[in-house]
Amino acid sequence: MSCCGTSPGYEELDEVSRLVSSRLAAFLKTLRDSGFAVGLAEGQDAAELMTAGYAAKSGLLRSAFKHLFSARKSDWEKFDGIFDAFWLGKRVRSRSITSGSSKAANNPSLKTLADSRRSSGETAMDQAPSTDDAGADRAGEGRMEGASRADNLAEVDFRKLADPAQIEQAHEAAARLARAMRTRLTRRDLARRRGYRLDLRRTIHGNISHGGVPIDLVNRQRRDKPLRLVILLDASGSMSMYTGVFLRFIRGILDEFREAEAFLFHTRLAHVSDAMKEKDAARALDRLSIMAQGAGGGTRIGESLQTFNRWHAARVIHSRTVVMIVSDGYETGDAALLGREMAALGRRCRRIVWLNPMMAWEGYAPVAAGIKAALPHVDLYAPANTLKSLTALEPYLAKL
Amino acid sequence: MRNRDEIAQALAISGYIADGELATAISLMQLLRRPLLLEGEAGVGKTEVAKALASVHATELIRLQCYEGLDQSAALYEWNYQRQLLSIQAHRGDNPDDVEHQIFSEKYLLERPLLAAIRRDKPPVLLIDEIDRADDEFEAFLLELLSDFQVSIPELGTIKATAIPHVVLTSNGTRELSDALRRRCLYHYVDYPDVDREARIIMARIDGASASLSLQIARMVEGIRKEELRKVPGVAETLDWAAALVGLDVRDLHDAPETVHETLMCLLKTHEDKSRVTREVSERLLGRVA
Repeated sequence: MSCCGTSPGYEELDEVSRLVSSRLAAFLKTLRDSGFAVGLAEGQDAAELMTAGYAAKSGLLRSAFKHLFSARKSDWEKFDGIFDAFWLGKRVRSRSITSGSSKAANNPSLKTLADSRRSSGETAMDQAPSTDDAGADRAGEGRMEGASRADNLAEVDFRKLADPAQIEQAHEAAARLARAMRTRLTRRDLARRRGYRLDLRRTIHGNISHGGVPIDLVNRQRRDKPLRLVILLDASGSMSMYTGVFLRFIRGILDEFREAEAFLFHTRLAHVSDAMKEKDAARALDRLSIMAQGAGGGTRIGESLQTFNRWHAARVIHSRTVVMIVSDGYETGDAALLGREMAALGRRCRRIVWLNPMMAWEGYAPVAAGIKAALPHVDLYAPANTLKSLTALEPYLAKL
Repeated sequence: MRNRDEIAQALAISGYIADGELATAISLMQLLRRPLLLEGEAGVGKTEVAKALASVHATELIRLQCYEGLDQSAALYEWNYQRQLLSIQAHRGDNPDDVEHQIFSEKYLLERPLLAAIRRDKPPVLLIDEIDRADDEFEAFLLELLSDFQVSIPELGTIKATAIPHVVLTSNGTRELSDALRRRCLYHYVDYPDVDREARIIMARIDGASASLSLQIARMVEGIRKEELRKVPGVAETLDWAAALVGLDVRDLHDAPETVHETLMCLLKTHEDKSRVTREVSERLLGRVA
């Protein structure tokens, strides 16, 4: 984006010398590289500020630019360092420190919250029926479409499926389950939203021909945003036994939900919604396998989430979004980064659901550094190793 | 252009003790005609900025409090339906076109804050409070209004702003705002004030608070903020507490440790925090206050 230096907006301001404007353009580029959302309009305003006398003192200019270019608290905190490094030639501190999140971790209110959550374990999170709980199982019973065919498979751990026919059956059931979830979620939604208010403006406008007597009433219905599902699937080696069935599940969800997005991550993040929507299964698989270069290797959940937050979250997430992360939480990168990114994600979306297929394994405890860092920010932590446990998610989603 | 020292002084006269950066932000608002987005914890005095700004400009403050489900009829304009119905009844038998023309005239229009803000002769301060609570749709609509400063009412036509208001938005960060809105605004993060500034705020706001008492209160509050609390007390709470202490005739915190502990309810607003700051803790904190 170095084109900014020669854009017409700068030439109009001939008071700013060519040298200063090219320097300013370079500064804008530095900011963009550091994640600031800076456009042409800001560049022009910055040039205007410099001509308006703000450039006389570096402290004043820094403060003015800080207000102009920052858009959020993280920008606000790292701006001074970037400004000093660029204009005053001071050494910039390393990125992990300037990112500002480390400071947030010292904030007492945040820390106590995290601690209390961690110490009380999963009880602090929303409760959802787990498969181990006999009472909760009843909620999912008899509601799965085509249960008779998939019945015997419902409680078998996906990794224990050996027979190809069985695997195929399980995959089909997962896709069908996704479809069924959508139907029920929508139906429930309609029934609940029946409440209406009178729309007086339209009523009066429409009844002028009746002499203003409101005969035809116009009601206003709350237009509600449909629940949007964003799925982040871990495709690393440790998850390989489950990836297949979850891909089918996601495919079903993408087909049936009007609003759903899917991402795949391992050492990096790939947006796979379009590839998955491909009608031809073989072609879909081709496209996926190209994207999944590196799948089956290590997992950098933190970095992948960082990419997601930085490039996709603003577009993909709205206030009625549930983010579903399917992963075992074995992080080969920085666990602290994962914690920070989970916190950032949690602020954006409505709920974070973490599905961990390993959770139902005997003797499994969330002790890996990655999952430990992530758990305080998760609203629902549930197993997802059988069809039944996937079904158990539905009542939870329906309540949102 | 008024420089920032003048602005800081004018703010101080109106009872708002600003830091240097906020004064810069306000001078930029005037220069670039951009809205100012204030973010920060609850109770750090975001709303007060708008009030002080209104008194600096000696103009009206128009406030729009956002909430979930806020729509245009509550924020922009609404027709006075009761009056319209009466008018229709009264003009029964008249030409329907005339009646329609009449009931959708200016006389039957109810101004809501946003419309009011662009129809004043003297530019008012428009405070859009807690924008993060409004829906995404409203945010998008607001963005449009903030860039054009004109509103189109289907029955009346387009209304252009007579004067561009000074717009201040506040957000508590319960929801992430859209990048477009953030880019449109100048950004200022309001932090808890340091001891010195908080003491000056107390002195400016509470009659009868001496310099030494204000400083003691500010130091004490700073200590309490460092405790691990669920709800960190804001400036508003500090002022409540200072008013309580002055009202109880406390001149020096060390003279009345009992009263200090008992009035801490002004600062601590949850049961958990209340039980965390025990008598021992409050005495330890008091001991550190010079």
